[in-house]
Amino acid sequence: MSEPARAFPAASAAMHAPAVIFSWRRVGAMLLRHLYVLRRSWPRILELAYWPTVQLVLWGFITTFFIQHSSWVAQAAGVLVSAVLLWDVLFRSNLGVSLSFIEEIWSRNLGHLFVSPLRPYELVASITIMGFLRTVVSIAPAALLAWPLFDVWVFGLGPPLIAFFANLLVMGWAIGLFSSAIVLRFGVAAENICWLGIFLLAPVSAVYYPVATLPGWLQGVAWALPSAYVFEGMRAVLYQNVFRGDLMLAAVLLNVLYLALAAGFFLWMCRVARIRGLLLRQGE
Amino acid sequence: MTGKPEQPVIQVEGLVKRFDAIDAVNGISFAVAKGETAALLGGNGAGKTTTLSVLLGLLLPTAGFIRVFGEDVARHRHRVLPRMNFSSPYVALPRRLTVEENLIVFGHLYGLDRLRERIEAMARDLDLAPLLGRPTGDLSAGQVTRVALAKALLNEPQLLLLDEPTVSLDPDTADWVRGYLETYRARTGATILLASHNMAEVERLCDRVMMMREGLIVDSGPPGELIRRYGRDTLEEVFLDIARRRRDGNDRPQDGRDGGDGAAADAARARP
Repeated sequence: MSEPARAFPAASAAMHAPAVIFSWRRVGAMLLRHLYVLRRSWPRILELAYWPTVQLVLWGFITTFFIQHSSWVAQAAGVLVSAVLLWDVLFRSNLGVSLSFIEEIWSRNLGHLFVSPLRPYELVASITIMGFLRTVVSIAPAALLAWPLFDVWVFGLGPPLIAFFANLLVMGWAIGLFSSAIVLRFGVAAENICWLGIFLLAPVSAVYYPVATLPGWLQGVAWALPSAYVFEGMRAVLYQNVFRGDLMLAAVLLNVLYLALAAGFFLWMCRVARIRGLLLRQGE
Repeated sequence: MTGKPEQPVIQVEGLVKRFDAIDAVNGISFAVAKGETAALLGGNGAGKTTTLSVLLGLLLPTAGFIRVFGEDVARHRHRVLPRMNFSSPYVALPRRLTVEENLIVFGHLYGLDRLRERIEAMARDLDLAPLLGRPTGDLSAGQVTRVALAKALLNEPQLLLLDEPTVSLDPDTADWVRGYLETYRARTGATILLASHNMAEVERLCDRVMMMREGLIVDSGPPGELIRRYGRDTLEEVFLDIARRRRDGNDRPQDGRDGGDGAAADAARARP
């Protein structure tokens, strides 16, 4: 060990620069932090793709069976497989966001992040981008496997697929931010909400059946969720070959509302954490 | 004609931090001048870490006012965070990242240029070169402390807040780290505020000590002056005097800038 290094002009320059309101470099630093972990951990990458692929295989065979026994499924052979894949977009997007945040709690790193120049909304930006990357890595293998295994080319949905994907991705971000805020407030004891919370929405998202199947009072709940509009829209494309712009517009508007609420709730919990001293008490 | 007096780097007035019914910090005031090394000294639960956390913006104060580099930390902490850094055993670096990856990530967060060069210099200074490629979670406690110090100095902070900076280090390495901090301050003119239980460390490094107990600054002054005033040989004995007065219920808190002669007299009377 030796004497301290000479002063670095660059370090001094950075210190005296005016505070940047939003820095893509800081967002990139946080992405780098998560990509470093993923790069080195092949079990984590495998785990990302594992569950969507297993789901695909399971529902693919159920579809094969239903095609022979159900006229409704037989009318659109890809409906269940497409539903499975799109549901996983929502699930993985939620998990991608919340896991990226919980990773900081597990590693007791939040204190370092909150005293660095990183702004809370830059943290939100970085974990949502990580949510997107994790979703793509998770879903792509299953989506590609669906073609040789079950003759379902999900990309055959065409441009509407982008609308479905984007809406479910954003809804996943909103749920992930909400779950992360709960974990920030109540600690790792509440982390199961990140995995389990979204399944509360599955029955009312009309993933595998139309909203009309639900009892009347639950239909109102379903129409308050962007996911119900997406899955109804998906069925409209597969059964009637029609892209329902009205459904997508409703999904977009709800997503804007929920994402704003979730981001606001997350930032509010960051403030609560600073009031209650939670940033130094997090960890396993 | 005299020049305008230099603004303190840290200025704390009437700081209160309350957690539900517990007053962790109970109305303290102090200032730390540019280039000064000051210490918050006290037993467990005295309010040292809470005070550092409020200064960093990790905690919002219940009441009181804090200025760092002249900025209100509660409202504009992002204006000063690039000029600060900290190290604490209560906060860890991601265990799965290598030492080098951690330093790269934090280098980018602080917007540093010539980052590779900077990390190489830090690694050379802190003898981290053999550790750069190792996951941080695989390091010994002492190695982790050195890595945390590297992270804390990566942006060459003008204000360095250190919580137990040499905890878990063997005496030789701890001594070296203290020397390193002394040299760093001499070279950069940085201001250092540390919280510690280590009396020898505080005596060696600090220009001024603020003795904390139950959320209050009960005495303060240069280490040598405190030792003289309490009629003791070491700072540790002063610390024990103040701790024992809690048990006796005989105490008169002092503002951080005050001399605390009354408390010293009380302590002298209480001494067996």
